[in-house]
Amino acid sequence: MPAPRNNGQARHEDRLGALRGRAALLTQVRAFFAGRGYLEVETPVLGRAGAADAQLAQFALRDPLYGCLYLQTSPEYAMKRLLASGSGSIFQVTKAFRQGEAGRFHNPEFTLVEWYGVGYDHRRLIEEACALIARLVPSLTSEARLMSFRQAFRDRLGIDPIDDPSKRLRECAHAHLPSTRALTLNDRDALLDLLMSHAVAPHFPTDSLTVIMDYPASQAALARINPEGLADRFEIYCGALELANGFHEEANRDEYAARFAAEARKRRARGLPAIAQDEQLLAALAEGDFPDCAGCALGFDRVLMLALDATHIDEVLAFPIGQT
Amino acid sequence: MSTYSTNEFKNGLKIMLDSDPCSIIENEFVKPGKGQAFNRVRIRNLKTGRVVERTFKSGDTVEGADVVDVEMQYLYSDGEFWYFMSPETYEQLGADKTAVGDSAKWLKEQALCLVTLWNGVPLSVEPPVHVVLKVADTDPGVRGDTSGGGGKPATLETGAVVRVPLFINVGDSLKVNTQTGEYIARAKE
Repeated sequence: MPAPRNNGQARHEDRLGALRGRAALLTQVRAFFAGRGYLEVETPVLGRAGAADAQLAQFALRDPLYGCLYLQTSPEYAMKRLLASGSGSIFQVTKAFRQGEAGRFHNPEFTLVEWYGVGYDHRRLIEEACALIARLVPSLTSEARLMSFRQAFRDRLGIDPIDDPSKRLRECAHAHLPSTRALTLNDRDALLDLLMSHAVAPHFPTDSLTVIMDYPASQAALARINPEGLADRFEIYCGALELANGFHEEANRDEYAARFAAEARKRRARGLPAIAQDEQLLAALAEGDFPDCAGCALGFDRVLMLALDATHIDEVLAFPIGQT
Repeated sequence: MSTYSTNEFKNGLKIMLDSDPCSIIENEFVKPGKGQAFNRVRIRNLKTGRVVERTFKSGDTVEGADVVDVEMQYLYSDGEFWYFMSPETYEQLGADKTAVGDSAKWLKEQALCLVTLWNGVPLSVEPPVHVVLKVADTDPGVRGDTSGGGGKPATLETGAVVRVPLFINVGDSLKVNTQTGEYIARAKE
């Protein structure tokens, strides 16, 4: 094989190699869902409503006809409107946009694979998600390991993230993570996020998937709350890298409205911009035909990183944000 | 003084931490999809040289440190201070022992050094990577042995001790790498 002529040439080769890998994986994703009876859909990436989630910063644009428009942080709301209108099981490969997210595993614009299985609960969806990831990343050798949020914290840190008082969690954070001793940690969920991302997830195996389930209700997002008072939500990790997030979907319109309102309160309290609520989604849910289903969003660029053994997300993008 | 948000963190940014000037050497953005974002940062304390890890909530702000690197010519030492002059402004500054540290043993008059200033006061001094220094003391040279194998210690005019080939004599000028402390070659006068 001829040696690359220079660095520029080598860079072009690497980029084309990554794009070939991307194309091959996208073909596999589509074959996977087609084989399971899913309908591929496309929903707008630009919309008049934004995501309620106070942890997500959206790009707000101004249009002379429609005023404020948002680049979507995920296709979740639009896909749920399709589900409510009787679409049956659907999947989508789409771009999503999140402000202020850039780093080894983040680019402000990225690709999500999102799907909803009608008649599924989250356990059945976990199996499907792990099967998909295993197909895309053959180097993941052993079986996925399922573990409750509580058990993951107990095993690693000896604390109960659901029942222990915040004071105990804070002491644990400061004891295990010297880098956080100057950090004010008053918000319980921020504390749990810190412990998960800095102390628990970094110990997950890197050659297999770890599935965390039964999240505290305060981190339910739009998942159902089960009889134990925990959220039927799951996250799939490979090592500390978060690959997918899914729910057994809440279906009740008033519950959505209440959770949107709670996020809006958080936004106000933190001085974040208010977001136009998705009235269309609430109206679709109000009709009462939202099916029993489970949905999952998979960070496609990260899966591609694993498949290509890349160390930075920039390596799997045609042009990372810094080069646009 | 300027402040920086975590969004502006990048390698080499100088910030204040625990009242000491520091330089960011690694910045990792950590964010659960549905959770709080953090910046996990490795930082070098420019006074002590120690590297620590710190976690910030994304969006937090920190005070910037007024730290600049300037090229200055070494003039002389009075034993307590090492004096440097800017070749552009002719301004002179004295760096104390803490700032000069191990670099002292490489400093020869007129050498162009990189002086790091914090609020105008020298924080550290970096000698040129390659310097030419005379041998002040070493065992007598072994004639004809140019193999460079074995070797012996030689004390240079500035006090540094380096390992040199056996054929080197007192009075020889040597090119030395100050970062590795290694002999490179005999220099022509």
